[in-house]
Amino acid sequence: MSIRLTLQVNGKSVARDCEPQTLLVDFIREDLRLTGTHVGCDTAQCGACTVHLNGRAVKSCSMLAVQAQGAQLTTIEGLAAADGTLHPMQAAFKACHGLQCGFCTPGMVMSAVDLVQQHGCDFSPAGETQVREALEGNICRCTGYHNIVKAVQQGAAAMKN
Amino acid sequence: MNARQGFIGQSTERREDGRFLTGKGQYTDDISLQGQTYAWFLRSPYAHARITKLDTAAAAKADGVLGIFTGEDFKAVGGLPCGWLINSLDGSPMKEPKHPVLADGKVRYVGDRVAMVVAETLEQAKAAGALIEVDYEELTAVVDTAKAYNAAATGEPVHVEAPDNRCYIWGIGDKDGTDAAFKTAAHVTTLSFRNNRLIPNAMEPRCANASYDSNADSYTLYVSNQNPHVERLLMCAFVLGIPEHKMRVVAPDVGGGFGSKIYLYGEETAMVYASKTIRRPIKWTCDRSEAFLSDAHGRDHVSTAKLALDKDGRFLALRADTTANIGAYLSTFASCVPTILHATLLAGQYKTPKIYCEVTAVFTNTAPVDAYRGAGRPEATYLVERIVETAAHELGIDPAEIRRRNFITEFPYASPVGLTYDIGDYDATMRRAIELADVAGFPARRAASEAKGLKRGLGYSAYIEACGIAPSSVAGALGARAGLFEAGEVRVHPTGKVTIFTGSHSHGQGHETTFAQVVADKLGVPMDDISIEHGDTGKVLFGMGTYGSRSLAVGGTAIVKAVDKIIAKGKKIAAHLMEAADSDVIYEGGEFKVAGTDKKVPFASVALTAYVPHNFPHDKLEPGLNENAFYDPSNFTYPAGSYICEVEIDPATGKTRIERMTACDDFGNIVNPMIVDGQVHGGLAQGIGQAMMEHGVYDTETGQLLTGSYMDYAMPRADDLPSFTVETAKGTPCTHNPLGVKGCGEAGAIGSPPAVINAICHALGIKDMPMPATPFAVWTAARSASTAAR
Repeated sequence: MSIRLTLQVNGKSVARDCEPQTLLVDFIREDLRLTGTHVGCDTAQCGACTVHLNGRAVKSCSMLAVQAQGAQLTTIEGLAAADGTLHPMQAAFKACHGLQCGFCTPGMVMSAVDLVQQHGCDFSPAGETQVREALEGNICRCTGYHNIVKAVQQGAAAMKN
Repeated sequence: MNARQGFIGQSTERREDGRFLTGKGQYTDDISLQGQTYAWFLRSPYAHARITKLDTAAAAKADGVLGIFTGEDFKAVGGLPCGWLINSLDGSPMKEPKHPVLADGKVRYVGDRVAMVVAETLEQAKAAGALIEVDYEELTAVVDTAKAYNAAATGEPVHVEAPDNRCYIWGIGDKDGTDAAFKTAAHVTTLSFRNNRLIPNAMEPRCANASYDSNADSYTLYVSNQNPHVERLLMCAFVLGIPEHKMRVVAPDVGGGFGSKIYLYGEETAMVYASKTIRRPIKWTCDRSEAFLSDAHGRDHVSTAKLALDKDGRFLALRADTTANIGAYLSTFASCVPTILHATLLAGQYKTPKIYCEVTAVFTNTAPVDAYRGAGRPEATYLVERIVETAAHELGIDPAEIRRRNFITEFPYASPVGLTYDIGDYDATMRRAIELADVAGFPARRAASEAKGLKRGLGYSAYIEACGIAPSSVAGALGARAGLFEAGEVRVHPTGKVTIFTGSHSHGQGHETTFAQVVADKLGVPMDDISIEHGDTGKVLFGMGTYGSRSLAVGGTAIVKAVDKIIAKGKKIAAHLMEAADSDVIYEGGEFKVAGTDKKVPFASVALTAYVPHNFPHDKLEPGLNENAFYDPSNFTYPAGSYICEVEIDPATGKTRIERMTACDDFGNIVNPMIVDGQVHGGLAQGIGQAMMEHGVYDTETGQLLTGSYMDYAMPRADDLPSFTVETAKGTPCTHNPLGVKGCGEAGAIGSPPAVINAICHALGIKDMPMPATPFAVWTAARSASTAAR
């Protein structure tokens, strides 16, 4: 028995029929074909599936799609400006070489943006430990996090300007 | 040699980042094909069991099921091949039991493939899988690496072909000479090691999408893989018997590999086979839980080592004995990792005159073990750098000084374990690492820690690795069943734009940027005029792929050689256009010039002339401007460096903080320093992960994987690691490739584990600390050390 799901995805209204057991991440990837949101584990540990739901970062593998009824959903595809200009956090990841294989990157960037918007971290170099603790929910196997931390600090500064 | 244009050596931002940052990357699971179906694998819940009944009748009738495949379907085809033959000391070839596509009546590890269900949807495939009836007769599981060859204790062997579970007993070096040198030693240091089993955990799980085109009688396989041509060759020629020209393998964006995606696996092989029956594309994406069970694991060595020294701390001889767990089946390169890639590195950076090493590889009821970032070289470096540091402490010699006394300083250097190092400057990286790590300030920092009741230690590691694998002739003599060259093609379009095709594969390394830098530098054309194509056997002429830090040294050189051919042909075309002698034409700054005159013609005009050959030296040349090259190196490359780790330990909790992690590497010439630093960072994280956190653990009775998720297997996270101090030395360019490059992908993972463990041992004043040095292990060691001190 499918359920009619209506929500805003990256600023556009979307209506789809959806099975009640469908995970939000599967809805995003398979039904909406927004494949920038990734699945890196099956225990809600890796954070590759992080999206923004009503402005807050959530792991979309840990929610049912129907829980997003009426919500504002932003995926990595909706982060850059309409003209293609990268979000300051995306630009910082590029400038700092904060990504290698790119698989964890969408989740990492979505978490980083949420971190800046929602949390009172110290994003100066002195606050490195805070940033590292805040990124604990996103696993990267390539970068050793060194440049991700730099990117988050630089992206945070750019977002505040 | 043409003038450099300044693209090499720049930290150019990566061209691939745009798509990755905006969600536009195309990983295999992102690709869905018309008529897509889905596969699900039924896996063994037992480590070792006979399948006494396998009934798929009920499952076959379930909703949406299109086909069910079992070992019966693959009886007529080959097993998954092993690419490297190792001969035992007695001359007999390694035991090479069949590695079946799907289990052949027996399961040999938890996660072994029993059946494949193909259905309209993944949910239907899973639901049908639950209806397959399997009866197992459970057998005793062979799990423990060190005890595996005690067949009497382990019961039925993993394979009947290897009654004592030994795949081979191999040796290298001068045994008698080594024994004799020990008799003259003033001091002998002895250590035993376990190089812990690691689970690679590329963030993109393995994935494949296989389809069959009945009109063309041909197959297409999208697969998350590091070497698509090798995948095609192995699957076609050794397993399924598909003609190679009827098979296209595409490895699109790949989310990390670290070795685990080199290999031909049974999953995609079964899917390709089934795609002809199902006549629709079949997709499978590994769950993370499945990946833990079924990806090839890494390391898992048990070793003992003895180092003989004279009274001044000069090394006289090294003896090492290693038992390597290769798991339940021989994976693609499993046999060469503990031998060719491990024992040949036991000289390290030192002129130890005599070395002997014996390696016993054992089958166990665990997942296959194969190359994982570093592949044999981390195990060798751990053994050498732990025993050297231990010897230094035993003799009361500064660990840096004992290394300095033994460094190889004259090149080329033929080691006693078969390699010839072309060049290096080990003292230079050691000196610089000592400066960067502020070793001079360590006593004060240690005193400050002690004042707080904390322990502080410093550990060194001076690693060497052999990269750019390697000359095919040498590899062939050592048992390789494949060539180890690389192929590249330079296609110049009529407008002077350039497409490069490379057999190397990028899965995070940034080839689309660095290779374009190299070509821009050589051709003197803008990077925007160059695109890099890789990962598709339908586009790229051939390739051996990416592993062993070989992409730039081997793949990059193949491209350079093809570019050289383009320039050589271009000179002849330009000479014709400028009515000059071929030998008078030089190429610089993107222009062909007649030396000593102001006559010149730009690259794009020559390209256009090649394709619109109205005025063209038809008597001497064919039209067109397209060249390819195969490059087979004359030697390995030998990156080396010095790493220094400084830790602070709270003995009350065992909590260990890495205060400083310093890496000074000599990678020869550097194309993109930003990317090189990033590679070292990632390697350091994996090395520190091995040293302090990661451990693939099987229950020794049942063979169940106890570390099968991110809640049990400790993946390093941002707050587990420090920022790193990384510097590449001015360096000694490789002498035998035109770029002078050595490779940087694995160094961090090779050099760092012994530095970390040496630091912890130094902090606690103990001789050994098994990896991983978890807080519990460190706390336990700190307690016994303080009890002993009392």
